[in-house]
This record gives sequence, C-alpha cells and structure tokens, in this order.
Amino acid sequence: MRYLPKSPAERQEMLAAIGVQSVEELFSTIPEAYRLKKPLNLPGPLSEPEVIEYFQARAAENSLGYASFLGAGVYNHLSSVITDTVLQRGEFLTSYTPYQAEISQGTLQAIFEFQTLMCQLTGQEVANASMYDGSTATTEAVLMAERLTGKRRVLVARSVHPEYREVLKTYAKNSGLSVEEIAYTAAGTANPKGLQSALRNDVCAVVVQSPNFFGAMEALSPLVETAHTWGALLVTAITEGVSLGVMKPPAEADIVAMEAQSFGLAPSYGGPFAGVIASKEKFVRQMPGRLAGQTVDLDGRRGFVLTLATREQHIRREKATSNICTNQALCALAATVHLTLLGKEGLREMAEQNLAKAQFALKELLTIPGVKRTFTAPFFNEFVVELPRSVKMVNAELLKEKIVGPFVLGSAYPELTKHALVCVTETTSRAEIERMVAAVRRALQQPL
Amino acid sequence: MAYPTEYRYTKEHEWIVVKGGVATIGITDYAQHELGDVVFVELPKAGAKLATGKIFGSVESVKAVSEIFAPASGDVVEANAALQDKPETLNSDPHGAGWLVKVKLTNPAELSSLLDAAAYEAFIAEKQKEASS
Amino acid sequence: MNDNIKKVLRHPTQSEGLIFERSSPGKRAFDLPPLDVPAADAAKALGEFHRGGGVEGFPEVSEIEVLRHFTRLSTWNYAIDLGMYPLGSCTMKYNPRVNEFVARLAGLATEHPYQPQELSQGCLKILQLLEKCLLEITGMDAVTLQPAAGAQGELTGILLIRAHHEKLGNPRKTVLIPDSAHGTNPATAIIAGYQVQNIKSSDEGQIDIAHLDQQVTGDVAALMLTNPSTLGIFEQRIAEIAKVLHAKGALLYMDGANMNALTGVTRPGDLGVDVMHLNLHKTFSTPHGGGGPGAGPVATKKFLEPYLPVPVLVEKEGGRLALDHHRKETIGRVRAFGGNFGVLVRALAYILAYGPGVRRATEDAVLNANYIRKRLEGVFDLPYTRPSMHEVVFSDALQRKHGVNTMDIAKRLIDYGFHPYTTAFPLIVPGALMIEPTESESKEECDLFIDAMKSIAREAETHPELVKTAPHTTRVQRLDEVAAARKPLLRWKPPGKKSETAD
Repeated sequence: MRYLPKSPAERQEMLAAIGVQSVEELFSTIPEAYRLKKPLNLPGPLSEPEVIEYFQARAAENSLGYASFLGAGVYNHLSSVITDTVLQRGEFLTSYTPYQAEISQGTLQAIFEFQTLMCQLTGQEVANASMYDGSTATTEAVLMAERLTGKRRVLVARSVHPEYREVLKTYAKNSGLSVEEIAYTAAGTANPKGLQSALRNDVCAVVVQSPNFFGAMEALSPLVETAHTWGALLVTAITEGVSLGVMKPPAEADIVAMEAQSFGLAPSYGGPFAGVIASKEKFVRQMPGRLAGQTVDLDGRRGFVLTLATREQHIRREKATSNICTNQALCALAATVHLTLLGKEGLREMAEQNLAKAQFALKELLTIPGVKRTFTAPFFNEFVVELPRSVKMVNAELLKEKIVGPFVLGSAYPELTKHALVCVTETTSRAEIERMVAAVRRALQQPL
Repeated sequence: MAYPTEYRYTKEHEWIVVKGGVATIGITDYAQHELGDVVFVELPKAGAKLATGKIFGSVESVKAVSEIFAPASGDVVEANAALQDKPETLNSDPHGAGWLVKVKLTNPAELSSLLDAAAYEAFIAEKQKEASS
Repeated sequence: MNDNIKKVLRHPTQSEGLIFERSSPGKRAFDLPPLDVPAADAAKALGEFHRGGGVEGFPEVSEIEVLRHFTRLSTWNYAIDLGMYPLGSCTMKYNPRVNEFVARLAGLATEHPYQPQELSQGCLKILQLLEKCLLEITGMDAVTLQPAAGAQGELTGILLIRAHHEKLGNPRKTVLIPDSAHGTNPATAIIAGYQVQNIKSSDEGQIDIAHLDQQVTGDVAALMLTNPSTLGIFEQRIAEIAKVLHAKGALLYMDGANMNALTGVTRPGDLGVDVMHLNLHKTFSTPHGGGGPGAGPVATKKFLEPYLPVPVLVEKEGGRLALDHHRKETIGRVRAFGGNFGVLVRALAYILAYGPGVRRATEDAVLNANYIRKRLEGVFDLPYTRPSMHEVVFSDALQRKHGVNTMDIAKRLIDYGFHPYTTAFPLIVPGALMIEPTESESKEECDLFIDAMKSIAREAETHPELVKTAPHTTRVQRLDEVAAARKPLLRWKPPGKKSETAD
C-alpha cells in the first residue's frame, strides 16, 4: 500500500527484533472473541486516479454551472490562487499545533499576524487564534460574558442568524443559562424597546449581529449603552466580514464573534470555516481559544509562543474556559494570506463592489410589479424583498434557468411568509443579476 | 529560606500571621518554588468572605495553576494590588512583599489548629524525601 | 556538533519581520475585475455606518512580498512532510495529497450549504458513504458528522447521553473520568452540565473494576474511557466495564482518539461501547494544518439515534438523499451548517484508498510502536509493563538522576531533526515521554529516532548541560514564556502608538 513505507523484509526484521513471530501476537491483549476474523466491508482499495474519479463524479452531481444568490451566513468571494499556494506548503499543511515554539515560528508568527488583522478589522484590542466557526464563537462569547459577569440570562435578537441562535440554545441548556429572544423592528434591526423591557440586573449578555441575518446594519452604541446600564455585556456577531471594508468597526461592543469564511475560505458545503473572538484586553484571561504572544528568546531575538495557556483544557481541565483543543489554524492562515493579498485598498474596493452590486440588484428587482423592499435599515450585500407570490415557487422556476434563488426566509421566520433574502457579491456579474431579475419577473407573471 | 516562627502554616502551603487584629495570608517559599515563575495571581476583592478550607484564589505559572485555600475564615480587607503588576514578587519574597490578602478574622481561635514553623518544616522535609525516593 | 546527528542540521535563518513592517501605502497585491454596475455612494448609502479609507493599519504590500513572506515563515516550521512526529495520541500520519486535490474540486469546494438538496446529491452521497464506512469501522449503528473537532464530538456524545437519561426521567449528576484522560474530557463534562469524578488507574494502567463497581451509583451518567488508554495500553476488561455500567443504567463513552490501534482489528461497538467520537485529523489522515481544522464524528448504538443533532442524512424514495431537520428528540445543533465537509471529503478519500486493507495501517502502527519500545527499553524507564499498542509511554526517571527531565530531552531531540514526543502527559506518569510513531514511518526513520534517543540518554549522563540548554540548532533559542504570560503582547501595533485605539 503506497502510504506504508515498509517492505515485507523490513517487517520481518522488526518482528524479530521485538521477539514475536507475527504481528498478530502484538494484538494479544485484545480478547480473542473481539478480534475481527475478516477484513472490514469497506469500498476500495482505490488507486489515486480512481479516488479522483470518484470525487469528480460526485462533483458533477452538484450545482456546477448555476448562478447563485445565496448568502445567509456563507458568502462567495473572489480569492487569489496564491492563498492556496501558501496553504499547500507542507510546512504549513502538515505541521502540528505550535506547542514547541522553537520549531513552529512560522505558524506562530502567522497566528500573531492573524490576531492583529482581526483587531484592526473589528476595532477590538485582542483577538484569539480562531474557534470552530462563527456560530460556536458566538456561543463561546456568551459563555465568556457569563464568566465575566456571573449572571445567567441571555438576550439574543431574532435578527441574529437562526442557526447561531440554535447552537447557543443547545449549549445554554446544559450550562444553566436561559436564552430569550428580542423582536426586530420594521427597520429590520433589534428592537431597543424590546431590549429595554427585557433587561434586568440578571443579564450577562445581549447578542446582536451586524450586518444581521436580514443584511441590515445594527446601530451598536445605543444598544451598548442600554446593556451596560444593566450590567450586561454587548456581544455582536459578524457573519460577513467583508462588510468591515466599508463599515465602521464594532469597537463599542464588549465582545465580537466573527466568522472568517468570507476571507478566502471556500463555501465547501458548510465547512471548515474559522470563528474569531475579539474583545478588550481586560477580558483576555476569560477568553477561550489559543493566543499567540510576542516574546524574546535567550539571545533577545523576537519570537512568538502560545501564551495564557492556563485558560485551556490541557492545564485547567474541569475549570477551563472552554473544552476546545483543535482550532481552525489552517483556515485562519488562509484568511491571513487572503487579507494580506487584498490589503487595505483591495478590501475596501471589494466591499464597495458588493455594495454597488446589491444596490443595483435591489433597484432592478423593485421594477417588477408587486416586489417590495421589506426593511429600511442600511444594508451591505444582502437585503430582503417581499414577493407577491411564494418564494419557493419563484425559486423552482429560477432553478429551471440554472439560477439558485435567494434564501426563503419563511423557513426560519414563520411570519415572513413571502420574503426572500437576496445576496449579491462582487462575484455576481451584471448579466447574471439581470438574468435573475428577468427570470423572477417571468415567474411572477405565470398563471396561478 | 527560613520560615518565620510567628507565622502559622497549612498543609496546602499557605501561611497566616495576625497583627493588630488583621491577618495577612500568603503562600510559602516551598509553594512558590514548586510553581515556578508566577505569571498571574487571582485574588478576591475587599469585602469578599473567606471560609476555612475553601478556595479563595489562584496562582498561575506558565504551565500550571494552583488553587489557594483559606487557612481561616474572615472578611477580606485588602488584596495585594502590587502583585497585578509584578507577580514575580511572589517568587522573590513569598513571606513578605508577596503577601496575598489581609483579612479580618471571624474566629481567631482557628489558628491554633494550624502548623507552627517547626511542624511545617518537618512536613515539607518529609514531602521532599518522598519525591526523591 | 555531534556526528551522530544524521538529519537536518542548522535551521534556516532568513530574517523576516511581520507583514505589517513591510507595508507601505500604495502597494497592491491583488486587483479586482472592474465594476460592471454603477458605483454606489458608500457614504450616502451607509450614513453613520460608513468607514471611509479602508481598515487602519491593514498591510499594503505587493504580490511577491506576500508570497516570499509566507514562504519564508513556512521554512521555520517542522512538518510531517519533513519527518516523524512521535507525538503520543496525536497520530501524526501522512496527509495524502490526493485528499487535498479532491477537496478543492469545483463542484465540491464551491457548494453552498443552503442550496437546493436536488443540486447537492453529490455532496450528500459523499456524506452517506463516509457514514457507512465509519459505522463499519466502529461497529456502531448511527453516526453524525456534524462536530467540528474531537472536543466538540465529546460534547455531542455527552449531550446524547444526557438526553437519554432525561428521557428516562433523571439526567443524573456525574461523569466518571480516568486520571489518565485527555484534558478535553473533564472540560467537556462540565460544559455538558455534569460534575466530574476521577477514577484512579490501577498499577497496570487499567481501570480497577472493583473500584468502578463501587463508584458507579445511580447518580453516574457515564464513564468516559479512552481505549487504548493514553498509556497506549488496551483496556482488556472493557466488556466487563460496560456490563458494570449498564447494570446501573450508566453508559460507556469511548474517546476514539486512539482508534489508530483498533481500526480493522476490533470494533468498539462489539466491546460494549454505547457512544464514541472519532478524530478524523488523527486516525483518518486529515491534515493538522498547524492546529486544525479537524472533525469529530460521533457514532452511537441504535437507542441513541433519536437524539442525534439535526440535520440528519436520510434516504428517500428512488435513492434520493436529503437532510432531515425535523427530529422531535434531537439535542439540537452543535454548530451552524452541516459539518466540516472539506475535512470529511479528505477522510473519505483516505478510507477509499485503503479499502478493506485498512487493517494493514493499524498493524504497521502497532509494529512501529513496539519496535521502538523494545529498542529503548532499559535506556528509559518503563513505568507500565503491559503490552503497548500504537504508542508507548516511558518516564524520565533514569535521566532525572542527572538533573535532566523529559522537557529537556524533548528539546534536545529537536537538534536531532525530530519534533518532540508528548512531554508530561499523561499526568499519572511523572516525567512522561509519550511516543506514537504511526504507520507512516519507515524502519529507517524509526531507527534514526531510536539512535537519537539513545544518544540523548548518553548525553544526559555525560553532558547534561548540553541537553538542559537545548535546542541549539533552531532559529530561535528557548523562548521566554514567563514574560509572554506576565505581560501578554498579542498583536502588532504601529510604532509610536502606545495605547489601543479603535481604528
């Protein structure tokens, strides 16, 4: 087998050195009754070309050749081939967690650069070296707020990504946290009155998202002020990081939980992605996840190490800030390379292109009779429209024209029955936008 | 380092000394030596209540965290703020400037059941013998 | 320098600062295609939300500078592509490159998790086949591919156990965990709302069944067992352990981190395990990438299937695959979207390459570990003498007589061209050296490792200072971790800026 670097002769030599006749003897501690007598019933073995063929056949059974207007937490963005060139270097791809700092300086410095970029993007003082994804980062941010305040109620806006809220509830149930939802306004943002009436002295975190699930931007300052008067922390989630190229950073928030998928990570049917928690220096000892810190070696040379490890599971065990061990290091590296390639101007330009395309798409859609814009808050690259007929029906028609239509909001928000969440990024061409609008127009003209 | 004879000690390596109705608590030289370089100290605020035998804070080195157990009950009057900026003081002067908290004791009689300097020194000598055998 | 050192010598020392230190206004590395719709007036559209001028402090460098920067950084890393990582319980095996190729295919890397299921049959077939393979390998009845890593798999598994007990009317209070367990185990139990009770290992590194019988009360929800244990020793009486637990209504959770000793040879499901997780980035070859991503699928017996996280993969009429979001008794979601699909693709590619012959990998892994054990016995102290499986645990007892400990030996091993083994774990072995070579190492690499360890043991006697101040051949010397923890410096700041400001 090509992955096993031993000849039969070498195996014999090694068995002899150990003092056994066959490798079977090395499994003697497994009771006879439980040792398998036959090989496992698995497909294969496949040669390399056959492996490739299998997956190419699967790839052909998906959505190649379709235009897409889906966002809802996962975004298509342009990226450079150089990101992959760097990622595929064996010293990055096949290296271990940088616990041995002297032979991991490449990884550690890259993490330090990642942490810096995340702070610059979010306006926060410190950021960790990534969590599994935005949804678990948001949950961990709430648990962090609980540790910091000692309180057990959580208020989360309904305009936060539905699956993020689900994950929070799964974790909260077992941590003794109670989670309540705050309604959204006609503008599409978290309802400050709803927040006011729900707040008491027992809330650890108020959770919002900006741009939120509807694509709308949340004004954070008034929410932060309100939360603080009641001793609660403001956690804000970000699912579309490219928005920060053109939006003010959420510096007023106490904790930011960001999904880094938009920074050069392929949608890949849902993962792997990379979540980030960014917050204030004074909270750093309650922050979960790895942290790379700058230091010096015995000769005074600058170097980097994993630090504040006493927060983590391998030391604190039961009292750890989280059970997380593996993070998303390679994904964070991809984001680092990607953002470095885009640079200050490239990210700004990309964000402005998103803005322009989304504005254009909305304008075109509104020329269709009966199509209405739903929320009034400013948006980035996603917005909600109401259609005169079922979104599911319209999407079915769009599919026939090889267009994957917008997200059906009714599936997550029962009160938004005829509403669609349309996402347009810099990767969507004008021609595709126009084709989509024409297809929607036709679909709505169909006899009932 | 000598163990001050006016202090009392616990088997968890805390020391306590009372002056003018206020008790000062710290960890011993043996403890700081076992921990290695201290990087962070977590202490309760003034007004917090200590209960004998219960954890009231922690001392961190790079690779380990050690809980600190209250040798007696009382109300915290002051925590050593200097340790926030210079945790290394715990290593260099554990019985003096590296004190952790000052406490108003609720039951000063509790101190009589603690070890005196000679008993504590014998205790750690035994521990060291076990470790090297 | 020692003639005995046969591998890589001096470490590359190309000086390379932080990317921010290369930055200069006006440099560009990536151009976007021109805008084909009218430009938007950002200030007008966004009002108070607008940030003009781009992110403050963001790097501005050219394409070649980016490529050189990261290429140079990469040369400071050790990697599997360069040589062995003898890290215990990490299973640092070869990361097949074809896995990288297929994970990047257009039609797989490009798919959106919310796209219509009829346009995702290729992805769903991959998930279904992987599920079938993992069930065959583990001998279990149901599986979820959702957890993003081993620790998240553990949490999912414990939550499934909790759901089971809650259904019976009493969630119970405690989870039993051996003192040799990985730190994620107790951390996970706490997050799941349980208290932790430690079980001491016997002198032979096994669970003491008599003690266990006493500790399992009606309050115990489960035992979290790693098998083989972190000592690399198979838990011989695991079937009895399962019986003891089941008799009191408690469940057996198996931490599958050490599956590399079992795949194709025995199946946890046959041993009485109720629920377990797998680490795809260990046993199933997906790359560590400097610390992740991974994936931690959870496999269960039938009775726990109703509680699996949503969505669950189902097969409908005509063989059409779909994701079912409506499961009445589910524990909910543990993460957004379906799972680390890109990692799952790589794991399936690995399994397909081996097929039924995957047992061969297990045999070679156990062969390598025992070969190393045999040849280092006597050179290093062996605290537990029961047969080892895929990893062996020594202690530094012999070397400590000369003032040299496991950390020192590990650092000196770097000079010999290897990554250190796992130091100071498991906690029940003071001064542990935990060594797992994996099946990816040739006899030559194993011999080089053995020779290096023997040489260091000699050095510990004759030149202990050389070992205690190692490594000597790396780009940086030992780094000051104390300073890093006392005054954490966690980001670059532009020179001249003292305080943190928002922009």
